[in-house]
Amino acid sequence: MSETKYTEDHEWIRVEGDVGTVGITDYAQGQLGDIVFVELPDVGKELDQGDEACVIDSVKAAAEVYAPVGGEIVETNDSVTDKPGVVNEDAMGEGWFFKIKIADPAELDDLMDEEAYKAFVEGLA
Amino acid sequence: MLNRQGRPSAPEAGSAGAGFTTWTGHRGLAHEEPLSFEQGAKGRTAVDLPEIPKVADRLGGLAREGEIGLPGLSEPQVVRHFVRLSRQNYAIDLGVYPLGSCTMKHNPRLNEKLARLPGFADLHPMQPMATIQGALELMAQLGGWLSKLTNMPAIAMSPAAGAHGELCGLLTIRAALEARGDKRKRVLVPESAHGTNPATAAFCGYTVDPIPATADGRVDLEAFRKKLGSDVAAVMLTNPNTCGLFEREIIEVADAIHAAGGFFYCDGANFNAIVGRVRPGDLGIDAMHINLHKTFSTPHGGGGPGSGPVALSAALAPYAPLPYVVQEGDKFRLVEETEGEAKPFGRLKGFHGQMGMFVRALTYMMSHGGDGLKQVAEDAVLSANYIMAALGDVMTAPFEGPCMHEALFDDRFLKGTGVTTLDFAKAMIDEGYHPMTMYFPLVVHGALLIEPTETESKEALDEFIGALRHLAERAKAGDTARFTGAPYLAPRRRLDETAAARQPVLRWTPAQ
Repeated sequence: MSETKYTEDHEWIRVEGDVGTVGITDYAQGQLGDIVFVELPDVGKELDQGDEACVIDSVKAAAEVYAPVGGEIVETNDSVTDKPGVVNEDAMGEGWFFKIKIADPAELDDLMDEEAYKAFVEGLA
Repeated sequence: MLNRQGRPSAPEAGSAGAGFTTWTGHRGLAHEEPLSFEQGAKGRTAVDLPEIPKVADRLGGLAREGEIGLPGLSEPQVVRHFVRLSRQNYAIDLGVYPLGSCTMKHNPRLNEKLARLPGFADLHPMQPMATIQGALELMAQLGGWLSKLTNMPAIAMSPAAGAHGELCGLLTIRAALEARGDKRKRVLVPESAHGTNPATAAFCGYTVDPIPATADGRVDLEAFRKKLGSDVAAVMLTNPNTCGLFEREIIEVADAIHAAGGFFYCDGANFNAIVGRVRPGDLGIDAMHINLHKTFSTPHGGGGPGSGPVALSAALAPYAPLPYVVQEGDKFRLVEETEGEAKPFGRLKGFHGQMGMFVRALTYMMSHGGDGLKQVAEDAVLSANYIMAALGDVMTAPFEGPCMHEALFDDRFLKGTGVTTLDFAKAMIDEGYHPMTMYFPLVVHGALLIEPTETESKEALDEFIGALRHLAERAKAGDTARFTGAPYLAPRRRLDETAAARQPVLRWTPAQ
């Protein structure tokens, strides 16, 4: 049973057991435009909640991806560095950035569920 | 059909003249210019060089065996090549160059005349000091003007551009902190800052801590105060900021950072909006770079190097980098080594700075005078507000009230039209304009940042406003293809920026 949570910085995290898969939302990729470069964190790196995890460049801007929760990076998706366009094509699926071993599951409670995120994005328009 | 270089000889579909094919690929007097490497003949040169004598080399068998591969061109071929390319370029000498944040203002011809005087242009930086007294006096005079305009006692002249000036400022601050045994870790930078600010702080070994903005586009003073602490080395603020707004609470910012034991760095990129009206030293600023290539009209953006002298407060002055000019009686001396009470943090450049830019900037100052410089700032602010007011009914501004030297619009006026900020900017090329800065500052959605400077006449501004008004109305009227397909009338249709960034081809190779 997995659940997906969202941050106000437009990251999503899909939790399975004690590991979360992290990416940016479809809304975020749409706002950034064509993504041309992604820098992923090193596997084994320890991050606190809100720490900068990745850097992404699009034709419009450079942006950071923050860790939705604290923990240790256990896997990264190298296909997004080879073909950054996959983030535009499938932000919520194949375009994931990294997997993080969640240090404190209570931090997930700070995040929004899908309903709340949808309302949050509508509030931005 | 392909032309001799294997490129399309017919205009692209949808562009002006589409369907009309020429044998050369040229379109009337708009030449389709090949690369220099695709022209000429082997062995042809523009100069007559003697035969290379046969001498034994000491390269141990590493001498080049193959061709260098330079094009063989005569002088007229070279001249025509670059003139033809320059005709495809856009420049401040051709028209309004509204690139916000870059301050593309007219480069007065008097500046150029004086910079070409042989006594300045033909100097070598290693000449004996006694033979370059005039040049040193000019540097001292320029420093004096900058000191007076900023009301700050010391000027470091050597930084080669704005970001280099930031580096100079933060290294000076770090030296001052280390001299008192105070190692600090954080630098506070507003969210709307130029990207070079956080980059500079990180480069100097500091952690960057962002300060949020208020709804009216300025620094959130309360949030700033909360971030202060004994580990904050400095705050880096731009005033007017990148939204083209004056930071009204700048003195409170200065007092608060000083009370916390840190220093106040001001990014002086937008000094052109306040020069002659506001003296940064009066605001409590400790260090500020001044882009001579913006405020003081020296050429940039491919036309010449930048130059970013840094004004320093009395607290930071002893740590200014080498070299600097001192006056001793009626003589001037370039100080190259640490001496006296000074504790310079080091050097930023091999030599003394951008001499040609010093000459141009001082020429601009002296030809305007103090009153003229004040009017420069006033006219720049007036021009921007004229644009803002004239377009307020068809475009949308993110912040209420008057602006400083830049008119900032967001993309709400394009909502529902299917036209993006990028499309709108491309359509400006068809109207004969270089687009404004877009998608910056990042804190504004789909930003369009226009900086007219004091250069433009009212007639030029009216025509520019007319073009923007027309485009905004066409977008709202549903003429979407005019934008999404733009530019139609440029030498090339829209370039594929995504492919260029994802798969850059950085090296030319001959066609097989």
